[in-house]
Amino acid sequence: MAYIELRNVSKSFGIGKDRTQVLSNINLEIKEEEFVAIVGFTGSGKTTLINLISGLIMPDEGEVLFKGEPVTGPSHERGVIFQNYSLLPWLNVRNNVGMAVRETFKKMSKKDRNKRVETYVEMVNLAPAINKKPKELSGGMRQRVSVTRALSMSPEVILMDEPLSALDALTRGNLQQEILKIWNKDKKTALLITNDVDEGLLMADRIIPLKPGPKATLGPEWIINMERPRDKTALNHNDEYKRLRNSIIEYLIQIGEQRASKKENTYVLPDIKPRIKPAPFRKFGFS
Amino acid sequence: MKDRSIHILNFVGLGFFEPAIRLVTGEEVKKNLSLLFKKVVLPILSVLLFLILWHSGATYLYNIEKEARIEKAFADRGEAAALEMQTCIESDDISCQPNTLPSPAQVWVAYKSLLTDHRIITEKKVAFADKVAATNTQRAEQGLAAIKYTGRPSFVDQIFTSLKTVFAGFLLALFIAVPIGIMLGLSDTLRSSVNWLIQIFKPVSPVVWLLLVFMIVKTLTMNSDTDSSFIISFISVGLCSMWATLVNTSMGVSSVDKDYINVAKVLQLNIGQKVFKIILPSSFPLIFTGLRITLSVAWMVLIAIELLAQSPGLGSFVWEEFQNGANDSNSKIIVAMFVIGIIGFLLDRIMLTIQKFVTFTEETA
Repeated sequence: MAYIELRNVSKSFGIGKDRTQVLSNINLEIKEEEFVAIVGFTGSGKTTLINLISGLIMPDEGEVLFKGEPVTGPSHERGVIFQNYSLLPWLNVRNNVGMAVRETFKKMSKKDRNKRVETYVEMVNLAPAINKKPKELSGGMRQRVSVTRALSMSPEVILMDEPLSALDALTRGNLQQEILKIWNKDKKTALLITNDVDEGLLMADRIIPLKPGPKATLGPEWIINMERPRDKTALNHNDEYKRLRNSIIEYLIQIGEQRASKKENTYVLPDIKPRIKPAPFRKFGFS
Repeated sequence: MKDRSIHILNFVGLGFFEPAIRLVTGEEVKKNLSLLFKKVVLPILSVLLFLILWHSGATYLYNIEKEARIEKAFADRGEAAALEMQTCIESDDISCQPNTLPSPAQVWVAYKSLLTDHRIITEKKVAFADKVAATNTQRAEQGLAAIKYTGRPSFVDQIFTSLKTVFAGFLLALFIAVPIGIMLGLSDTLRSSVNWLIQIFKPVSPVVWLLLVFMIVKTLTMNSDTDSSFIISFISVGLCSMWATLVNTSMGVSSVDKDYINVAKVLQLNIGQKVFKIILPSSFPLIFTGLRITLSVAWMVLIAIELLAQSPGLGSFVWEEFQNGANDSNSKIIVAMFVIGIIGFLLDRIMLTIQKFVTFTEETA
C-alpha cells in the first residue's frame, strides 16, 4: 500500500468565467522512506500540489490519502518547508522553532523542549544565531531555520516547496547536503518540489515532471538508481546522471514547446501598420 | 558611551543631534559639519525667518489698527482727541492699545507673565494648604471631606488638566477600538455588517459627538453631584479619536500575511494561540499606527471640546482669554497655541518611541 496517495485529484481556483483548473487528474503514489522530486515550470501548480498533500487546501475532485486515510487538514505528521521561509519576524530563532516544538510535544517538560530546540538548531549549524531575529539572518540561514522548524516536529513526511530556489548556488549546494544528511539519518519520506533538474537528480529516488498548467498533470517518472551518498562534482562525470539529465531536460523542453505553440494559436494579430514618422532630428541622422 | 547616546537619540526621534555629538568628539569633521548645517542650522534659520515674517506682519496689522483708531477719534471728537489718542498709543498706555495680532515680543512677555502667574498661584496653594491643614485633619477624623483650594487654576494647571483628559480619552479609545477592531478583523461577517455604521460615524465632527455625549451623560448623572464636564469631555475625545485605531486594527488583523496563517495551520494552533501568537503580533505595526493617529486626533479635538464643554483645560483657557479681551489676552492665546503644538509633537514622539519598542520592523535584508 502506498504511503501517500493522490487519486484523480483536481483543483480549480476562481469563480465563473475566471475559474481555471490548476491541477487536473493527478495520480501519485509515494512509498515509505522514498524521496520523490517533482520538477516543473513556474506557475504550473507546484505549490498547490504541496498544499493539497499538507492539507492546507482540499481537492475539488479525487482524494489525497495518507497512510490509507483521507487527509482532512494539516497535521504534525506532515512537516512543510515553505518556499519563502515563513518565519515569524517578531520571534527569534529559538522561539520560531520553539513554537513548533511546543505544539507538537505538548506533554514534554519545558527543559526538554528547550533542549530539543537547541539540538535541532545545532544540527543545521545555527547555534550562534539562536537568539537572532529572522531579519538579522541571511537567506540561507533563514531557510535553515525553516528546515529546522519543520524537522523539530519529527514529521513522518517532509514536504518541501521549492525550499532552495531563492538561494545562491553555493548556499543551495550546502543546504542540499544538509537536508540529505538529515533525511539519510532518520529515513523519512520526503517530497521535494523544485524547478531545478540537477537538484532533483542529486537528492531524489524518483523524478516526476509536472506539466505546465492550467490543467497540469504529472508526466512519466524517471527512476534514479544512483548510489548514495551522491557527490555533486563526481556526478558530472557519471554517465547515468548525464543520460537521465538529458532525457528529463529534453522532455521538459518538449512540453515547454508544446505549451508555447498552443499559446501562439490563440493570438490573432490586428491588421494595422506602424505609422512612420519623419525623424525629428534629421540634422544628426547618419543615414 | 557616544554610540549609545546616539542610538538612544535616534530611537526617540531626536536624531538631528547626532552630527553635533559626533563633532564634539572630532569625528569626520567635514561631513558632520554639513550634516549639522542641514539638520540643525537650516531649521533654526527657518524658525528665525518665520519670526521675522510674524513680526513684520504683526507690525503691519498694528499700524492699520492704530490709524483706524486715530481716524475714528478724529471723526468722532475732532483733532485734539485724535492727537490725544496718538500720544496715548505711542506712550504704551494699556487703555488705548490697538487690539490685533500680537508680535513675537509681546507673546514672549505674555509667556513670562503666565509663568509668574503660575508661581504666585502655587504659592497661594501652599499657603492655603498650610492654613487648612489643621482643620482638614479634624474634618478627616469626623469623616468629612477635606477643604480644597478653589481658586483660579494657573496656565500650567490647565495644561495638566488637558493632558489628563486626553489620556483618559485615549485610554477609552484604546479599550474600545482595539478589541472591537480585532473582532471585526477576525470576522468577515461582522465587519461587513457594521461597516456602514463605521463609515457613517467616522466623519462626524467632534462638536456633534460632544453634544451626543452630553445628552447621555446628563441623564445618567442626573442625581449625582459629580462634575460631569470632565466625563463628558473625555468620553467625547475618546469617541472622536477612536476611529483611526478601529479601522487600522481591523485592517491589520484581517490582512495578516497568508504565510503566517499557513504556519499557524501547519502547527495546528488553536484559535486563541492563533490570535495571540500570530495575528496580533503581525498586526502590531498597523495597530500602533492607528493609535498614533488616535492620540494626535485626540489632542486636536480636545481643545475644541474643552472650549465648548467649558471643562477646565487649555481649550477653556483659550476661550476665556478670548472672551476676556484684556490687553495681553491675544498674546496668551498665541502662547497657548504654541504650547498645544509642542505638546502634540511630544506626544507623537512618545508614541513613536513606544511603537519602535514593541513592534518588529519588516525584513530589510
